[in-house]
This record gives sequence, C-alpha cells and structure tokens, in this order.
Amino acid sequence: MKTFPMGGVHPSENKLSCAKPIEVLPLPEVVTIPLAQHIGAPAVAKVAKGDKVLTGQLIAEAGSFMSANIHSPVSGTVTAVDMVPNGQGLRQMMITIKREGDDWAEGIDRSETLVKVCPFSAQEIIAKIKDAGIVGMGGATFPTHVKLSVPPGKKADCVIINGVECEPYLTSDHRTMLEHGEELMVGVTILMKAVGVEKAYIGIENNKPDAIAHLKRIAAEYKGIEVVPLKVMYPQGGEKQLIAAVTGRQVPPPPALPIDVGAVVCNASTTVAVYRAVQKSMPLIERVVTVTGKRMKEPKNLLTRMGTPVSALLEAAGGVPEEPSKVVNGGPMMGRAMVNLASPVTKGCSGITVLSGREAVRREAAQCIKCAKCVSACPMGLEPYYLSKMTQKKGWDALEGQMITSCIECGCCQSTCPSYLPLLDWIRLGKQTVMGIIRARGAAAPKK
Amino acid sequence: MANKLIVAPAPHVQTSQSTARIMRDVVIALMPALVVSTVVFGADVLRVTALSVAACVAFEYLIQKFMVRGAVTVTNWSAVVTGVLLAFNLPASIPWWIVVMGAFVAIAVAKMTFGGLGKNPFNPALVGRVFLLIAYPVQMTSFPLPVNGAFDALSGATPLAAVKQGIVTPGTVGAQELLLGNMPGSLGEVAALALLCGFVYLLWRRVITWHIPVTVLVTMALFAGVVTMCTTSLEGVGPDDVKIGEVAYKTGFLFGRALSSGLFHVLAGGAILGAVFMATDYSTSPMTVRGGVIFAVGIGLITMCIRLWGAYPEGMSFAILVMNACVPLINKYVKPKRFGVK
Amino acid sequence: MEVLLYTILTLCALGVLSAVILYFVAQKFRVEEDPRIDEVEKMLPGANCGGCGFAGCRGMADALVKQDDISSLFCPVGGGDCMKAVAAYLGKAAAEKQPEVATVRCGGTCEKRPRTNDFDGAKSCAVASSLYVGETGCAFGCLGFGDCVVACAFDAIHINPATGLPEVDPDKCTACGACVKACPKMIIELRKKWPKNRAVYVSCVSKDKGAVVMKACKAGCIGCGKCVKVCAFDAITVENNLAYIDPLKCKLCRKCVNECPTGAIRLVGMDPLPKAPKAAPAPAAPAAPKAETAPAAEKPAAAAPKAEAAPDANKES
Repeated sequence: MKTFPMGGVHPSENKLSCAKPIEVLPLPEVVTIPLAQHIGAPAVAKVAKGDKVLTGQLIAEAGSFMSANIHSPVSGTVTAVDMVPNGQGLRQMMITIKREGDDWAEGIDRSETLVKVCPFSAQEIIAKIKDAGIVGMGGATFPTHVKLSVPPGKKADCVIINGVECEPYLTSDHRTMLEHGEELMVGVTILMKAVGVEKAYIGIENNKPDAIAHLKRIAAEYKGIEVVPLKVMYPQGGEKQLIAAVTGRQVPPPPALPIDVGAVVCNASTTVAVYRAVQKSMPLIERVVTVTGKRMKEPKNLLTRMGTPVSALLEAAGGVPEEPSKVVNGGPMMGRAMVNLASPVTKGCSGITVLSGREAVRREAAQCIKCAKCVSACPMGLEPYYLSKMTQKKGWDALEGQMITSCIECGCCQSTCPSYLPLLDWIRLGKQTVMGIIRARGAAAPKK
Repeated sequence: MANKLIVAPAPHVQTSQSTARIMRDVVIALMPALVVSTVVFGADVLRVTALSVAACVAFEYLIQKFMVRGAVTVTNWSAVVTGVLLAFNLPASIPWWIVVMGAFVAIAVAKMTFGGLGKNPFNPALVGRVFLLIAYPVQMTSFPLPVNGAFDALSGATPLAAVKQGIVTPGTVGAQELLLGNMPGSLGEVAALALLCGFVYLLWRRVITWHIPVTVLVTMALFAGVVTMCTTSLEGVGPDDVKIGEVAYKTGFLFGRALSSGLFHVLAGGAILGAVFMATDYSTSPMTVRGGVIFAVGIGLITMCIRLWGAYPEGMSFAILVMNACVPLINKYVKPKRFGVK
Repeated sequence: MEVLLYTILTLCALGVLSAVILYFVAQKFRVEEDPRIDEVEKMLPGANCGGCGFAGCRGMADALVKQDDISSLFCPVGGGDCMKAVAAYLGKAAAEKQPEVATVRCGGTCEKRPRTNDFDGAKSCAVASSLYVGETGCAFGCLGFGDCVVACAFDAIHINPATGLPEVDPDKCTACGACVKACPKMIIELRKKWPKNRAVYVSCVSKDKGAVVMKACKAGCIGCGKCVKVCAFDAITVENNLAYIDPLKCKLCRKCVNECPTGAIRLVGMDPLPKAPKAAPAPAAPAAPKAETAPAAEKPAAAAPKAEAAPDANKES
C-alpha cells in the first residue's frame, strides 16, 4: 500500500458521519459573504447597499490574477458592504445579503443530467473556471484557475485528484465521491484537458473502501484515470505528501511548487465544482460541509450555500453541547478554532468539528524529554523541537537554516508530543517571522 | 452564547501517550529481569532495587522542592526508572549506603544540576554506577554466587571477568546459562532472555525503536567475530576426516569460533541491558534515526575495545557515557533527511 | 641524571617552539581594533538590551567610534548624560533626547472588558494575535500574555493580576523599546517622561467605530473628539476613530481628562481638575493662539503640581 516517504501520524479517525448521505440545509435568511475567501488579493465588490441580486450573480470580481470571483449564493437585497467579524473575531470586508426567495441568474444549468462531452479548449475551460470563482475546497483555497495555468517553461504530466481526506472526523469529500462519482470523473477529464495531460490519479485512503470500489468501477469507462488506494496516514492530503505517495516524486523546498515535479493536484470536491462550472456554468455558491463531533446529537453532511452562518449548521446537527467546547472550522488537525459562530461558511470550509469536554482542552505542558517523536513524525523531515525552541529564542537565522519555511503546519509534531508542548504554536510564529524577513530581504535587494 | 468557547491554535488532537506512561512502560519492561534476578540471587535483589528507587525518588523530590523550588515532577516516574536501572547495575550484596550514595550522584549530580529530565547530557544511572565503580571497586565487583548456580567453580567471577582472566574461553560458556542468567553478575545483567522480553514490550508500546539496541549488539557481535577470526591460531587444526578439504574445515572452524565469540559478547555482561535500556534513554541519545545508528555503532566499538584490550572486563557503561558526550555533536551535524532535498 | 637533562631540554625546546608558533599565528590573525571601542563600551551601561538598534553595547560602541556623525545614535538606557560623556571622550557632538518612558495604552481591565472566550494555546501574545482577535471582543486591546514582560531586560514591566494588563515601573524603565517591539498589538509607546512620573495619555489604541468599541470595552476611546475641542495646545488629534495626545505638545493641563466620556484618557501622578468649573473650557479656548505664553497665564488656575511641570515644558519650546 502506497504512502508518503517520511513521518506522519495516525490519529483516531472518528469519521462519525461517513454513512450519512448529503442533506440540503434550508436556505438562510441572511448571508454574509467575505471578499477574501481565498489565498491572494481580496475580490472587489461589484454591488452596493440596496442592490438587488440573483442567485449565482457575480457580486465581487477577482482583484488580480491571484484572486477569485464571488457570486451571490441567494437572491435578495444587499443590506451592507462593511467590516464584519469573521470566525476568529477579526473584522473583514463582507457583503451582507437579505434573502428574498431563490431566483437564479440566467444561463446556469441546474439540471442533474450528466454532460460527458466537453467541447471547450483548454483556455476556455480555465476561463470558465475563473469566471465561476473556483478555489481549492480542501481548505487551502488556492484559486484553481491559477493552479491550472501551467507557467511557461514548465510541463505537467499528470493530474492528481485529492480524495484522501486525511483529517479525522471530516467526510464531505468522501460523501461527494460516493454521491457524485460520475460528475467527479467528467471533472477529471476536464482537468486533464485543461492541463494537457493524458494521465490522472485519484488518491483515496484505504479507510474509504466504498469510495475506492465505486470510483474504480466508474473509472474503468474512462481512459487514463487510475484510482490509487493509499495507506491511512495523516497528512496524506497535503499536496506534497500526496504527490510523493502517488508518484514517488518529492517537491523541492519552497519556493518550488508541485508543477516543478510535473503534477497538478486538485481536491475531489473542487473537481466536482469544476465539472459544474464548465459543463453547467454553475458558479461556486454551495458546498458540502461536515458538521461533526462526538457530543453532537446528529453529525451530518450538509449541502450549504456560502455565507450561511455556522450557527445554522450547528443547530441542524443538534446544537453545541452545554459543556465547554471548541468549535473548529475544519478538521481537528489543521482547523481554526472559532470565537464567532455567526460567521459564515466560506469556500474553504470543509467541516465544522465540535470538540467538547476533555477533548476541548489541552493537557498541561511539561518539559521536553527529547524523545524525538516529533522528529520522526514530521512529514517534511524537520526537527520541530528545535524549531520551537529557537522561535522562543528568536534565532531567526538558525530557523531559516533549518528550513522552517518547509513546515506545512500539519500539526503532527504537536499531536504526537507526550509532554503536550505547544510546538506548532511556536513554529507557526517562527515561520511567519522568517517568511517576513525573507520577503523584506527580497524587497530590499536591487531588482533586476 | 452561554458558555465561553475555548480557542487554541491547531492541532486540536493530542496523543494518548504521556511522559509518565512512557516511563512506567520502561519500568514494566524491566520487571521480567527483576523477577529472574530475584530467583537467581534471592531477596537481596528486591532490597537493593527498592532502596535505590526510594533514594532516587526522594532525592529528586527534595531537590525540586527545596533547592530548585520549582514544580515537583516526581510523579512522571523518571526517577523510578533511574532507580531501577541503577540497582540493575549493582551486585546484590552491595551495602545499603553505597546504593544511597549512587542514587545521590545519579539524581543530584547527573540529572538535577543540568536542569532535570530532558536536559541531562549523561545517563544518570550510569553516572551513578561509574562513580561507584571507581570509588568502591571492591564492593562493586564482588558478586554473590547464584543461589543454585553452575558457575561456583569460578569463585564469583562474572563470565566476562573469567574470560578476561583467561580462566575460560568464550566458547566454553553456554549460551543457555547466559540467556537464563545462571551466573554471577549485577542484578540486571544476568538474564538476557528476560531483558529481551522487555525489549519486545518497549517496541510493542512504541516507547523506543529497534535501531539503537540492534545496531549496538550487531556492532559488538561483528567486531568480536572479526577480532576472533584475526587472532585465532590455526596451527594444528586439521580435519580428522579426510573427506572434507582442509581449507573448508579451517574456514568452518574459524567461523564457528567467531560466531561463538560474537554471541558470547552480546549475551554476557551488560550488553543487552545497556543497549536496550541505557543507550535508548531519550535525553542522552541523538534525535534522529541516522544519528542514533552512528551513536550505537560508537557504543558497540568502544565497548568491545574495552572488553578485549582494556583494564575492565566490562565496558558498556563507559562506552555509553563517552557516546553520550558526543550526542550534541551528532545532533548538530546529523540532520533528518529533509523532504524534497536530494 | 642524563634522563633529567634530556627531559628538561625537551620541555624547553617544546616551549620555545610553541611560543614561536603562537607568535606567528597571533601576528597572522591579529585583528586591528581601535582601543577607543573598549573605552566607549565601558562607558555604556552594558545592559546589551538592543534599545539602540545594535545587537549589544559593543556594536553601539563600534558605531560610535567609527561614525563621524553620531547624532543619530542614542543609548536610551544611559540617557543624555551617558551620551554626553561618550561624545566628550570622542570629541563629537552627541544627540540630545528627552527622557522617555514606556506607556501601556490599553485600559481594558478584566472588569471593563469582559472575556468572551478562553485561549488555550501557547501563552504568548504573538501566538494568540496571529490566530485570532483575543480573549475579548476588542481586536486592538492588550492580550495580557506578557510578551512585553518577557522582553524587558530591566524587570520594569509586569502584568497586574487584578487588571490583566501590564504595568510599567517608571523608575526601572529605561525606554529601551524592547517591549514596544515585542507587543504585537503595538499598544506600548515611548512617551516623554515628566517629573514625578506624571502623565496624560489616551489609554486605548482601538480604531474601531464607537459603537463597536463600546460593545467590547467600557474604557475604550470612541473617537468622539470632545478632547480635541477642549485642548488649548493643539496636542490632540482624532484619526480613525482614535484620539492621540502628542506627548511633545501636551502640557499636562488635564482638561481633556474630565471631558472624556469613557475615561479612556488616563491621568497619572496628579489629581484631576475639579469637576465644578465646567464652563471653564470655554474661556480657555480663545487662549489657544497664545499657546507659547499660555502656560504662564494658566498657571494660577491650575493645581500646585503644575508649577513644577511648567519649567520643563518651557525648556522644550
């Protein structure tokens, strides 16, 4: 069974909602749409207070190449374009829309019929994806059209579909693969055409045998698509780890990108969104969100419009338990803890994980016993104990020398530490600081 | 929102392991050897072990409480591990005050002066043992005879000492005796089989990896074998049976000697105790697997050099301490293989 | 006897050889260094705090000796006297600077600014601020994990457990600026140090709108601008919903303190003006144009401590 070459951990999987079919969440009365839902420049609002909008209508335009369009997830009236606190309580520019019915903009095909043949050229496909505002839905929110635009001088030779979903608890990709397998497969052919390759792999971890069997059956009808079962190991869903697991190639340290080893990686849900964008002209306005947690009454997979308040999803799954809880946007390994439950679901939100009771609170940290478990758990071959210590000592040069910028913030080190040290808390800070120093140096250096 | 939300950076998952659990596992892994030792040497074994553990825990508690005045962390079982390991390095007949003195050196000098668990550069139990060996050589090397031993002819010399003094050759010491521990020696070094059970337990509990112990033992066996091959005289060795060629016979004879010598050195003395329980001590071994292998090869070579040509019959403790001193250097220069770097 | 002789001879030969080698090595690798650097380093406080912008006092001493114009260099710990002594020794002109003190501009105590969540990560302001808004609803206020306390080399800043906010001991503070750099919220400012540690400053850095501030904290600046109107010295400006008192223009007249509806303007080391003459600000306003001479005119109206503060203010203008 294939997996990535070094490190990794295997936390309890807790896939509570893996057998729950996707349910449609009722439309919210009010949606708030952040202008920055992706990596890169925020989108620029195209509507103002009082404007009427239709479902699927463009309401904010990509601010630059590295940005993404945003469409209205409901029809109604714009009530504000203002700073609103996000999930972390920080103010962000958002468009607030009061819903009035659900009238769709023209030109969007909402039927369920599968359209297999894609008449568009590679450029047209990328343009359609850009118009639909599609970004990586696994959590990284990297604009998909940027990823598919292979820079001159570089060449891709395969597309890898990320159906790994290595985060504990989350099942949204799993359910999408099961329930939208055909669309996924057409999406893969579209991606292959866009990038200009003959080969595609769909990497799925072995804890989803039903999805592997289902997709293998469908893939038999398509040329060049191979389903690759992978050993269950976190963080296999990390782009670099997945490429290594599937092809055996290792992406060199930053600033190298997956394209440097000839691979383009795309998340499974994103691939389905690509299919809809290209074949049905459907913008990215809804996604499957897993709402889960051991103390939640009913863990669920909900088809949710963007901008729906997280509290509505939590209510649908039985509400936040009474005891002290941590509500995490994403899975428990990399998700961000939230303080503001009125904040909206965004394009990168694959799940809401509620941790309660003892799970919610970290155990008290003790001293480092140099057990080296963090070193052997690091999937990037770094030394977390050292990076953490050096960050606290502000040894930025040493940190750069020890390749702190390679850190993918997967959290393996911290989750494996028997002394419960907040290793990644510090490493993340050190990485941010070192990246800042490198950027400043780049800016100061004479431009040629 | 009625109840306050809890917020922390990712990850939100913690291991079920803990420092205390790891240390407890080490103690559990040492229990089979303790049982065998008690059978071999009698109740004295329990007396020495209990005293050593009590003294180590007491010293750690007192120092943390009254000298460092910081958090008292004796509940993490690390002092217990030190205590058991120190006891395992002593003869069963040792006077009680020497045990207490060893515990003091181990905890107060070798561990707490450097800042306690995780910061000590040298294995505390070994520092305690080496101190006692130098300070009280007579008491430290008078080993009581096994209660029903087969080695009574050797008047209390350990197999290693007997070989050193030329009383016996490695080949004449039965592997069975060494495995079951029916011979004079320190508490913990007599029963190779029991120690290996502990090794398997530690591997199963993922407390240690196999790299360091196996590398130490393989290095020792290879080195002993090669030296034996080079030094064995073949004069007069010839086939009694004309059907086998002389060269083949001599080669077989050499390999046989090398094998028995290698096996003897792995099973005798503190080799297994040192390789499994002392060399793998977290804070005094390298942080990377590659570094660990270098560290282990060093231990194996130094041990064998002392055993074969040194003044002491056993060199494991010295070898581990010497390599402990090299650990910071190894950590500095031996880095893990980075992802994506050729 | 012969053995002894050879031993002595060998040792002597070895000694001479080593001496020769050492001599040549020392010559080859000698670093020419201005001896004045050592002298200047001795004159500096030796705290190695980095407040001057160099890694340590030696770096500063090196720069002081090598640069012709040292007016841009200043040791905040040693202060003016130290710089004067160094300048006199080197025969250069020293920079002059008012003494300063670190000032924590947040009044969001536990009581005024309720905690809305519990932070469970590494106890560091930098870690918390890169994650989220903080334990309270205020995105600008003090996080209270004490990065400034860790940064201080002089034991001059400590978290008050009752308020959850850091407090500066002005007698120990050397204005080296380490805490200013350490604070991710940029709450700490070096402000002019008045005699007897008196101070008037806006104890808030929130740029949120008034309504947002009020929701999160009862002691925040809501940007109402009342203080601007009452200030006779043009010392107060409101920008991005936040008032700021220029420490170089402020004369500690304290009128703004009584005006502030939320108590965001803090007064230290002095009694507040009596509340009764509420009409007083009006006649004071016309006096503004005569700011240069105003302090003298106002002195009788002000309380006694003001008199001591005035000479300092005059020197500055």
